[in-house]
Amino acid sequence: MNTLVRENRTANGDRPATEQFIAPAATVLENTDGYTLEVEMPGVTKENLEMWVENNELTILGRRSMPAVEGTLLHRESRPENFRRSFELDPSIDAGKISAKIDQGVVTLTLPKAEQVKPRKIAVG
Amino acid sequence: MSLIRYQTPNSVMLPSLDRWASLRNDLDTLLELPFWAGSGRQSQLFSGWTPALDLYQNNDNIVAVVELPGMRKEDIEISLQDGTLTISGERKDERNQENGATRTERSTGTFRRSITLPTRVDANKVSATYKDGILTVTLPKAEEAKPKQIQINLN
Repeated sequence: MNTLVRENRTANGDRPATEQFIAPAATVLENTDGYTLEVEMPGVTKENLEMWVENNELTILGRRSMPAVEGTLLHRESRPENFRRSFELDPSIDAGKISAKIDQGVVTLTLPKAEQVKPRKIAVG
Repeated sequence: MSLIRYQTPNSVMLPSLDRWASLRNDLDTLLELPFWAGSGRQSQLFSGWTPALDLYQNNDNIVAVVELPGMRKEDIEISLQDGTLTISGERKDERNQENGATRTERSTGTFRRSITLPTRVDANKVSATYKDGILTVTLPKAEEAKPKQIQINLN
């Protein structure tokens, strides 16, 4: 039950058009240099991936395209919804240096911590 | 797991009940979890990973589509025996604990999906592609299993 429903009013404003999303599974790893975020989005290609940071919140949206198969569907377990998930960023993350890559449906984001936040040794003068 | 034809239960007449349709879909999915189906799935209860599988059929082929993000091709095994297609593999968790705090939602470990095919297939002509984390296995039907037109001869 991890579906996020966002409502958008249509142009004439009478009935809202709802686009339903599913929150993709994500793994977060932390080390001294920053965070690594891996998000599973099968069927999503680079062109269909959108990511943005707003007010310390990172949002990832992926539109999936299932392979077009001709024929009758006998059994279905996959969900047709697209993927969307937001993450609140630790203020120590340098949002300008976030980088991402996508490989076989897994988006890997590297979120480096800002320099001055890393543990620094203080020399005794 | 039952093999029934999937039909989207959308209620067109009452669009305001869209959200309830989605709740019902979620409950449907929840209640179709393995431990209700029994039969050979017990071993998967604690392995934690059951990738989603779709099955299609047309005149020439049976096509299985499995969601397997983040795998390496060589870690996926596809085998066919006695009319049962088995897709299995292992996703290794290569991370060591030298990193700091982690939160893991992605499944790791082994998975195994077996499906009995509705018709006979030609095992020599099975092909598979793995793109964008989706594995597509195409199994051409055996000649005698394809639908054929039968000519009626009137003498």
